[in-house]
Amino acid sequence: MESTVLKVEDFSAYFGDNQILKNINLDTSSNLVTALMGPSGCGKTTLIRCVNRMHELIPGTKVTGKMYLKNDDIYAMQPIVLRRKIGMVFQKPNPFPMMSIYDNVIAGYKLNGIRLKKDEFDNIVERSLKGSALWEEVKDSLYRKGTFLSGGQQQRLCIARALAMNPEILLLDEPTSALDPKSTSAIEELIVELKKTVTMLLVTHNIAQAARVSDFTAFIYLGELIEFGPTEKMFTVPKDKRTEEYLTGKFG
Amino acid sequence: MKDHTAVRMIKDKAFRVIVILLACFSMLPLLLILYYITRNGIAVINWEFLTQLPRPIGETGGGIFNAVIGTGMLIVLSSILSIPFGITAGIYLSEKSEGKIANIVRLCVVVLQGTPSIVIGIVAYIWVVAPFHSFSALSGGVALSIMMLPVIIKATEETLKLMPYHLKEASLALGVPYYKTILKVILPTGLSGILTGILLSVARITGETAPLLFTAFGNQFMNWNLFKPIDSLPYRIFYYAMSPYPEWHTFAWGASFILVVLVLAFNLIARGVAVKWKVQF
Amino acid sequence: MLEEKMISLRKELIEYATHVEGMIDKSIGGLVRKDSLTLTEVIEKDEPKANEAEIAIEELCTTMIAQYEPKAKDLRTILMVMKMNNDLERAGDHAVNIAECGLYVIERPELKPLLDIPRMAKEAVGMLKDSIEAFIKEDALLAAMVCERDNIVDNLGQQILRELITFMGADPATIKRSMRLLNIARNLERIGDLSTNISEDVIFMVEGRVIKHHREQEEG
Repeated sequence: MESTVLKVEDFSAYFGDNQILKNINLDTSSNLVTALMGPSGCGKTTLIRCVNRMHELIPGTKVTGKMYLKNDDIYAMQPIVLRRKIGMVFQKPNPFPMMSIYDNVIAGYKLNGIRLKKDEFDNIVERSLKGSALWEEVKDSLYRKGTFLSGGQQQRLCIARALAMNPEILLLDEPTSALDPKSTSAIEELIVELKKTVTMLLVTHNIAQAARVSDFTAFIYLGELIEFGPTEKMFTVPKDKRTEEYLTGKFG
Repeated sequence: MKDHTAVRMIKDKAFRVIVILLACFSMLPLLLILYYITRNGIAVINWEFLTQLPRPIGETGGGIFNAVIGTGMLIVLSSILSIPFGITAGIYLSEKSEGKIANIVRLCVVVLQGTPSIVIGIVAYIWVVAPFHSFSALSGGVALSIMMLPVIIKATEETLKLMPYHLKEASLALGVPYYKTILKVILPTGLSGILTGILLSVARITGETAPLLFTAFGNQFMNWNLFKPIDSLPYRIFYYAMSPYPEWHTFAWGASFILVVLVLAFNLIARGVAVKWKVQF
Repeated sequence: MLEEKMISLRKELIEYATHVEGMIDKSIGGLVRKDSLTLTEVIEKDEPKANEAEIAIEELCTTMIAQYEPKAKDLRTILMVMKMNNDLERAGDHAVNIAECGLYVIERPELKPLLDIPRMAKEAVGMLKDSIEAFIKEDALLAAMVCERDNIVDNLGQQILRELITFMGADPATIKRSMRLLNIARNLERIGDLSTNISEDVIFMVEGRVIKHHREQEEG
């Protein structure tokens, strides 16, 4: 059943006096991948970071408008509570270097002091690692530190860490930019597979990736949402001239 | 043209030889120290030397047991006093790159690092010795801890600054509060650097003599009481070396040998920790 | 991602081809059995369905190219599927044409028992079926053999033409019926040509060789 997971209403964001985002309106439906694409500096990274309020770590940011996570006002919640409901995967894979693979996956629980029985944790670890297609490769070295993993494997570990918390939406901020082509396509296939269980919002500067992987695409340019629609349509018959120009490489 | 190249190559080689020679020369003082201390001190080392207390004037034999224990206690004491403040200040400075308080703290650290150790000893005298009307291990610990502070603060700040931002992001994105992120993620990851700083500062204060002259003062006897004077290796060396007795001179060499071994050990362990436990990014 | 879509695409094309083959069989069958119901069905029900299928396949190919940037064999496959799609649509149109001519002919007295036309139809439909089979099996050899058989269909067509000219010369009253029968033969000949096209496309898809317009002979 499709329902709206994330609703963005008349949302604007400012860094000091600079307006980075201008009146964004969009909806993300469940079990679909929505891609945010646009040239560098268009505001797509800012937008995704506003969803779990990570932009607040930088002083001098301000937002207006509303964002709803399944009917809850994102900006009325405690950031800590909010972030536990939202998973985020970053551009550079960042597993915790001092923790074993096992501990990395359940880091969200451990660091937040959430105590569960050992077999409950075991289940969570197995489920999450299977979900991120990493289980077979690491099941015999769960208690080793993750430093021996390749870039692509580390990124899948980060995805597992996010999945372990059963997030309502998974935010992916250019998750394959730092990876080689083989790892990139492994992650893309994983995203297509994960659609069945997770709703995702993906930021990418790679137009082809947005085309391959997403169901809906939002084209953002200079802080404005230029066009938003089903990926199939947007890449064959874009409605806005600027979208057409971006897709055919006239700018960006 | 040909001659030019030949001359240049000779100059190049000569420069290289000079640099290597000078580098070797700079190692010479250390090697000489180690050689002399070992040559003169190692003969004295035996089980009795290490486990016996000093004998009164006139008697032969005895050892430096109280000095070794005393140095140990001072290290522990000064560590307990300096580490919490040092690490916390280091965390603060690494988080705040600008700001009035941060800049003042940084200035104080720099000044403290350059303060002569004897002056720190005097300050400890005024703070601890005078009110208690007694020299004490505690005052020695205080003095040494003040000397350890700048090194620990700097090491902590530098290590934590090197921690990549994405590490913090990963933790915060999981809904972990900021302070917990620092304590449970950033600090443990930077442990190697912080530990190195602590070990280096310990290596430094192990051999400090001047501050102890006004504070711990020295003690013929074994002392486990923090509020009474306590012996220490540097002090014992000073005491024996200044004495007119030849036997005590040899003891001074022996104690120096032990002291040098200790300082060397701390430095090498610090190096080992830095290399082996370092987290690569 | 792309693989799944490719499987879908092939399946849709094969279903479309089967539908068109059915249309041709039905129109020839209706002609032979004098079954106007079947012939009407081809025109009124089967053709709209064929048109829908053609549009759907075309859209699928377009989005696949836009979204997945296929290369090498995948690219050739998608491009050839689009061409085959067109050819199948034309074959469907020919089937409709045959049905329309058939409706005229069966209501009037027979000129002669139909032998050659069914034979020609069997051959043409056989070529179409085999070219699609070659696509399914990715069999370039089978596809090449289909191209060779075009002569047979053309010869049969010539034969029918000669016979009908004789009829028309002998009795002008038979002209209208003869012309319709001639049309049917023409349509069958075109179906044979389209099957050849499809086979050439299959060879390009499988091997990357261009054999159409006798290109190989020129290069050789």
